[in-house]
Amino acid sequence: MELSGAQILVDSLKREGVEYIFGVNGGAAMPIFDALYSETEVKLIPMRHEQGASHAADGYARATGDVGVALATSGPGATNLVTGIATAYMDSIPMVAITGQVFTHYIGSDAFQECDVIGVTRPICKHSYLITSCDEVADVVAEAFHIAKTGKPGPVIIDIAKDAQLHEALFQYPETVDIRSYKPQVHGDPAQIEKAAALIKEAKRPMLYAGGGVVLANASEELRQLTLKTQIPITVTLMGLGAFPETHPLAMEMPGMHGSCCANYAFTDSDLVIAIGARFDDRVTGDLSKFAPNAKKIHIDIDASCIGKNVPVDVPIVGDAKSVLTELNKQVGTADIDPWRDQIQEWKRKYPFEYEQKADKVMPQYVIEQIYEHYSDAIVVADVGQHQMWAAQYFKFTEPRQWLNSGGLGTMGFSLPAAIGAQLGCPDKTVVNINGDGSYIMTIQELVPAITMKLPLKVFIINNMYLGMVRQWQELFHGKRYSAVDYHDNPDFALLAQAFGATGLRVEHPDEVEPALQKAKGITDGPVVIDFIVDEEENVFPMVPAGAGLGDVIRGLS
Amino acid sequence: MVKTESLRRRRTENYKKMHPEERHIFSVLVENRFGVLARVAGLFSGRGFNIDSLNVAETHDKSISQITLVTHGDAQIIEQIYHHLNRLIDVIEVTDLSTAGTHVERELVLIKIATDDPQKRTEVLQVAEVFRGRVIDMKPASLVLEITGDEGKLKAAIDIFNTYGILELARTGKIAMLRGKEN
Repeated sequence: MELSGAQILVDSLKREGVEYIFGVNGGAAMPIFDALYSETEVKLIPMRHEQGASHAADGYARATGDVGVALATSGPGATNLVTGIATAYMDSIPMVAITGQVFTHYIGSDAFQECDVIGVTRPICKHSYLITSCDEVADVVAEAFHIAKTGKPGPVIIDIAKDAQLHEALFQYPETVDIRSYKPQVHGDPAQIEKAAALIKEAKRPMLYAGGGVVLANASEELRQLTLKTQIPITVTLMGLGAFPETHPLAMEMPGMHGSCCANYAFTDSDLVIAIGARFDDRVTGDLSKFAPNAKKIHIDIDASCIGKNVPVDVPIVGDAKSVLTELNKQVGTADIDPWRDQIQEWKRKYPFEYEQKADKVMPQYVIEQIYEHYSDAIVVADVGQHQMWAAQYFKFTEPRQWLNSGGLGTMGFSLPAAIGAQLGCPDKTVVNINGDGSYIMTIQELVPAITMKLPLKVFIINNMYLGMVRQWQELFHGKRYSAVDYHDNPDFALLAQAFGATGLRVEHPDEVEPALQKAKGITDGPVVIDFIVDEEENVFPMVPAGAGLGDVIRGLS
Repeated sequence: MVKTESLRRRRTENYKKMHPEERHIFSVLVENRFGVLARVAGLFSGRGFNIDSLNVAETHDKSISQITLVTHGDAQIIEQIYHHLNRLIDVIEVTDLSTAGTHVERELVLIKIATDDPQKRTEVLQVAEVFRGRVIDMKPASLVLEITGDEGKLKAAIDIFNTYGILELARTGKIAMLRGKEN
């Protein structure tokens, strides 16, 4: 029987095991939404803005490891997806974004709601397809999912012309996908892995430096084995938090601009850095000329172009982290590095994350500590800014996929829709959204679908009435000229939550923090929003100023 | 996405001295599909790499196109270019002809020269002979020459013809391939 291109698309998504599609309807995608109308296997989640749809698909993918799917119409619908696609691209999140396109015969004529989506998204996606015939739909979907989730994962765009959605063809889904130009390398070169093992044996001050790639490769177990077997101290980046338990004595916590002094000093003194699924990002390394100057580098990464991009590498290993670590673990033993371990422990003791508690003000760090006390097992979805750094510092993550945030692109507005995706993907988990007052209002409209679906999200706003991270930089580097960061004119978020139809609470005093969190625990029939009014001018420390070396970390202002 | 700092611009003067730039010719086999060239070109502009010359055409296999691309940069940049080209889904094979063995390269140029008096025309034709150029169009006041060769030969030819007054010039960009195996 012949089916419409739109129906073939939906049936193809079913074959890929898709549970949810996050979308906003519109002219050039209507046949697809129509095909989803009576569909029960693939559930359509209507979002309030296409950006929300792409972040929700992204959050679903981060929480589950499966491919997230977003759907929008042509033109503005597609361009609204762009921020979410770029966010997923920077963090290598498997996603398929489907956009309707105008009729084939209108393409190129500046038709109503026409936009060259393939052109717009070219530098921010792993690959993209324009479908102009219904015959192509099934093959393209199969290829798109294969590309999105294998190798270094990433977003793939399927732009499908309206006539290709409406015309009919036979549905034949390919059993296997074979793309001659795409063969990601999984296994590392055995000779290189041997070299790495030899370097690890020789090293006196080795350290492990693990990133988001470990989470993406589902290689946390192998990373734990490597760490425990060798007893080498480990730092896990912002993107990898949870890949190794932060509560373990060997954990140095996250490195970099707002990372722990211990991890940063360790880089500076180390003689061997073993990077696994981490990309020597500028927020981690600081001034490259001062970064780990005495260390040899082993770099394990699935993406050959990431190796040697920022930092020269002695032993490059291209391959999947899980596969490479499995091999490496067979060749390593306990490292004989007691003086180094003692040094690490001393740094950890001397320079923990710390802040000054105030009697009359709610300290943002205190709120995070209390959230950790009450929700240590939750999936935490953070937004971008000061609250994100405090959450990374004061919440002790122990499991991979427990911490979701936009680390690469740093997209404000990411977290609320991403939390929706995470909650749908993990219905048995508590999902905590730690948000800022600036970022919350960027995608606040997505509270609506969360309420409609009765998702028990815990939305905790660390509200300092400022675009806090920018304000911090203005305080330190722009002579306190607070240009365009004053958010005192924001609405009352607790009242606003109530107006939306959610539970809204406001916390202004330290004594109210604990009871409010307790109360939020009991609310399970929908989202609860707590607006924590915190100390307005608290800064994130430690801090490595942009352009400085990691050894020049500022521990605090006092 | 705007990259405000490309690899090249991050280089200090000292670094540049220690890591000299080299010219490399890449042969890139790609799927013969719409949009592939844009992906390749976009990769160069987005990451701040240079394209000195570019030639694209279908191969004997209609489903495959060949891109010959001349670029320059220090060793690390060249390595990055190699890996980023390989990362594109539609790229089937990348060969750095400058390191993969000895290669042959050719370029073709068309030059239109003013030949308003017979004396000048005779001279131009004699010079063309030296460069094994072919006349492919001749009018009373101008002629068009076709010359093929490597970069050095074409430069020499263009320099000489410049003294006669070049009206118009078009060149293909380089094409290249590895020499055959010895046995």
